[in-house]
Amino acid sequence: MVGDMGYHFPHVFGNEAIICYLRSDSVVRWLPWIIGNIGLSAAQGILRIKASRKAGFVNWEFIMKYLPLYQKAAWLTVRIGLCGVALSVLIGLMCALVQHYRVPLLRQLTACYIELSRNTPLLIQLFFIYYGLPKLGIKTDAPSCGMAGLAFLGGGYMAEAFRSGIEAVDKAQMESAYSLGLDRWQTFFYVLLPQAVSISFPAFVANVIFLLKETSVFSAISLMDLMFTAKDLIGLYYQTVESLFLLVVFYLLILLPVSLAGTLLERRIRYAGFGV
Amino acid sequence: MPEEVLAIRHLKKNFGELTVLEDISFSVGEGEVIVIVGPSGCGKSTLLRCINGLEGIQGGEILLRGTPVPKKGKDLTKVRQKIGMVFQNYELFPHLNVLENILLAPMKVQKRTREDVKEEALAMLSRVGLESKAESFPRQLSGGQKQRVAIVRTLCMHPDILLFDEVTAALDPEMVREVLDVILGLAEDGKTMLIVTHEMQFARAVADRVIFLDNARICEEGTPELFFDKPKTERAREFLKTFSFQRKSRKRQEVS
Repeated sequence: MVGDMGYHFPHVFGNEAIICYLRSDSVVRWLPWIIGNIGLSAAQGILRIKASRKAGFVNWEFIMKYLPLYQKAAWLTVRIGLCGVALSVLIGLMCALVQHYRVPLLRQLTACYIELSRNTPLLIQLFFIYYGLPKLGIKTDAPSCGMAGLAFLGGGYMAEAFRSGIEAVDKAQMESAYSLGLDRWQTFFYVLLPQAVSISFPAFVANVIFLLKETSVFSAISLMDLMFTAKDLIGLYYQTVESLFLLVVFYLLILLPVSLAGTLLERRIRYAGFGV
Repeated sequence: MPEEVLAIRHLKKNFGELTVLEDISFSVGEGEVIVIVGPSGCGKSTLLRCINGLEGIQGGEILLRGTPVPKKGKDLTKVRQKIGMVFQNYELFPHLNVLENILLAPMKVQKRTREDVKEEALAMLSRVGLESKAESFPRQLSGGQKQRVAIVRTLCMHPDILLFDEVTAALDPEMVREVLDVILGLAEDGKTMLIVTHEMQFARAVADRVIFLDNARICEEGTPELFFDKPKTERAREFLKTFSFQRKSRKRQEVS
């Protein structure tokens, strides 16, 4: 009998069906199995690395030797990444405001910018800034180019994130603020912005992580970032496994804290603000 | 005749082709409580929103203490401090707690000190029975509590006139009472108020004067006794009939 079957498999393979399936308690029933499998493969992996170490497959000395180089590169990635993110937040906020308050002319301009930045790859944008701008007489160094490129790309994404947040705030909230005598600026600053920020926060965190990952393209404009270092070492010594291993570890070191902090903050903001 | 707080002269408002208010004229004296009733869609809420400058008007004028309410800009912002409004859906700021909700406007707009406003806010909160909720967030309150906070928030600005826009329409019946009691108390204090409501019993109790709006115009105006007991117009009689229930036939004999 169908009804007696313990597990419910989705009959329609749409997104909704899969999400429903994931939410149903069958995942809970499978959890021990899933965790067991992950544990098993991890153990296998460790054993394999140990085995390969004996065979001299992983060169730990190499890893220790070039660790400082990666540290330096990671620092560069973080610096440029954070500066780029900060700039993109500023750009995004301004664009979102222009869109929200329907500033004539600027609104069409920002709409074009948003589409342009979101629908072209970062690599192309970087090439444009790095190789194109000097031809127009604007000369900049590679780090500034990287930052500018990241800000250009991120600005578009942030603008969309903030715009959706601003639009999600009920219009009556603004009317309520106006009726209390707050002016436009105060209403924006004390009523609209805090609510919009907490609504768009998850999208914002996703964007930050996305932008930090996009920094891996910087190697194309010869910035000594993580990706560049890894490629360089592979090219010089052909220590592929070690170089890529360090690369992954350092990206995780940068991104995991961001992701974790994002999740924690998200929960706090939600708790402090919502569910009217 | 007491001093005129609010005067409306030949107010006209339309949304495109649709005329919402046509030739509305009345005035509100100091300490007077006016209740506006009428079928839904007759423009009651729009009238309040026009007075507060949330909607533009197409003709006539609105005078607050003799000076016209500006259409927009800094002047309108200034005048709005003098016109308090309470909304149907409370519209408390969800990211601020009760006290911060109340303190925001007096501190930022009127530049009063935190201690000063806080003292007043707590006194008013305890008057509406919510002194223990000062640190709560709006989502932790019931509808009736939220609406009482919204009233306190508006009162702390010391407005010349209070506008109530169907403040109990979103509430459960047992919460309606607590909010209406607060408004009755304010009437006792001699606050000038303009109230839009569907609670006829309450309207009768609180009003000094009733204005009946229908089809975008003032249809009838008078004391609550006259309006509720001896309505002059046919429209008002029909409207009031919708609030009383009667069975056409009785199965049981009524106990006398």
